[in-house]
Amino acid sequence: MPTILAAAAVLMLAVLPVAAPWLQFVLTLAIAKGFAALGVAVLLRAGLISIGHAMFFAASAYGVAFLARAGVNDLGLLLILSVLAGALVGAVAGSFLVRYRAIFFAMLNLAVSMVFYALCAKLYGITGGTDGMPVPVPTVFGVVLGEPAFKSVLFYLSLGLMVFVGVAVQRYLNSPLGHALSAVHTNEIRLEYLGIPVWAVLLIAYVISAALAGLGGAIAGFAIGRVVPDFAFWTASGHLVLIAVLGGIGGVPGAFIGALFLELLHSAAVTVTDSWNLIVGMTLIIVIMFMPQGVYGLFARKEASSL
Amino acid sequence: MSNAIIPLLLDSLASAALIFFAAVGLTLVFSVLRVLNVAHGSLYSIGGYVAASICLFIASRQLNPYLSFAALLFSAVLVAAIFGPLIERGLVRWTYGKSEAVQILVTFGLFLILEDLQRVIFGVQSFYEDAPMRLLGTSSIGGVVYLNYQIVLIGMAVVVVIGLRLLINHTRLGRLITAVVTDREMAQSIGIDTNRIFILAFSLGVFLAALGGALATPTSGIAPGLGADTMVLAFAVAAIGGLGQIEGAAVASLIVGLARVLAIYLAPSLDAVAPYAAMLAVLLIRPYGLFGSVTARRI
Repeated sequence: MPTILAAAAVLMLAVLPVAAPWLQFVLTLAIAKGFAALGVAVLLRAGLISIGHAMFFAASAYGVAFLARAGVNDLGLLLILSVLAGALVGAVAGSFLVRYRAIFFAMLNLAVSMVFYALCAKLYGITGGTDGMPVPVPTVFGVVLGEPAFKSVLFYLSLGLMVFVGVAVQRYLNSPLGHALSAVHTNEIRLEYLGIPVWAVLLIAYVISAALAGLGGAIAGFAIGRVVPDFAFWTASGHLVLIAVLGGIGGVPGAFIGALFLELLHSAAVTVTDSWNLIVGMTLIIVIMFMPQGVYGLFARKEASSL
Repeated sequence: MSNAIIPLLLDSLASAALIFFAAVGLTLVFSVLRVLNVAHGSLYSIGGYVAASICLFIASRQLNPYLSFAALLFSAVLVAAIFGPLIERGLVRWTYGKSEAVQILVTFGLFLILEDLQRVIFGVQSFYEDAPMRLLGTSSIGGVVYLNYQIVLIGMAVVVVIGLRLLINHTRLGRLITAVVTDREMAQSIGIDTNRIFILAFSLGVFLAALGGALATPTSGIAPGLGADTMVLAFAVAAIGGLGQIEGAAVASLIVGLARVLAIYLAPSLDAVAPYAAMLAVLLIRPYGLFGSVTARRI
């Protein structure tokens, strides 16, 4: 049943831009943020809240821009390399960050991401400062596409990746390695006594979550056509955590549902008012206060009660 | 050398003093309520907006310009009296005992709301009212000219440190706060009205943030985005000093101020990186901050 629901949802997403072309950009961006929020959600499993994941999002987008400047010009290659860049930054940062817990983990992630942000904004000669860097339209397997065609390719590629990566992450979360994450949350010492190295469990999760954020950042970079330091600002990280929480405990679909919900809310709100953060903030508070299981909890309630 | 570095030092210390007001409020609220208020930076910028509005009003009516000093203080009191009880009673108290993730997210939601409210009420143009700074004029010692207002800022930061310490160690309210910080349940069971302490402590934190914002208007002006910038700087300072440490926040803002001077002197493009680099360096070695410890009393 859930598989059919998910398939129907993906199909609907695939058809939507045909009916309403302006939605394509919104949905691409939503999926991109969904990837990053999924990364945050993976760490939330272990009870670790990262207010710094926008750094990986931005690192990967900058990676695309730098590679494009260096002459790499194929979508597939750019995506793979930039996700690897995100994962690499994640491995370096994670190797020392996963020693910390609770508020210290949150603070250190924030500190690292703000160092990154300030560097991106200040090293004008390298990163273009606050003007950012352009992300050109790449070729797709050697085929040169116009911008509209490329944006369509990007959207359907993201949709495909969402399914593919989503299934992979779901399998990871269901594996012993994934279950160890929730075990870290409940009782870390017990895990150590069982002979499972918590440090390695968390580092793997951290690298995976950084790679997911990186994938999202690369897609967002392509979709927007420009990467700016604000990608890495702490409020962007806050938004990612917000999406992960909006998605709630829904696992993989939750993060994407949260991102879609937020992006659609955004595009609906901007037509009415400028104060869209006001609406998001209120929604967030209401969700946390009254729907602690997240938006996903609305759909999954029946399922949960039958367990 | 000294001619170049002394104005720079003074400038950095004055801006460090402003951040200190925000950071010490943050740290105070954290130690009493055990909630990290992500919306704290917004209260700083609201204080600034209110102060700028009142000062501009004074200027437009051509009232005695010295009133603007009172206006700076009054706006901080006003913001604290309105937002302190409102936020604590209306929102923050629902998160007591919940996980840190929930507390951070609820206050992040509040941050988003407050940022947009400021945009709606005060618009997107920047406010700048330097009457208080002009009134104090400049002085010159040994050929170095500096603004008296900056000296006042640094002096006020010192006054706040001493005042808070006196308040906590030598007044009845301070004793009550200490009791609540040390053991909340025990304090409650011997009859301390913890709710009242929470409101007072939170409002005091808001007052300090709003005071920082109000005092910042004459020097740097207020513009959208200030709340977000201040938040993360205040957070860096509070974290370096150790969350809950008043003197820690003071020393940390000195460190951040000096780090900025050093950065401007050695690598000018990196001055914005300095506070976060300092935060990272300190937290990696001592995650509980320079003055914090895992078990010690936290105020």
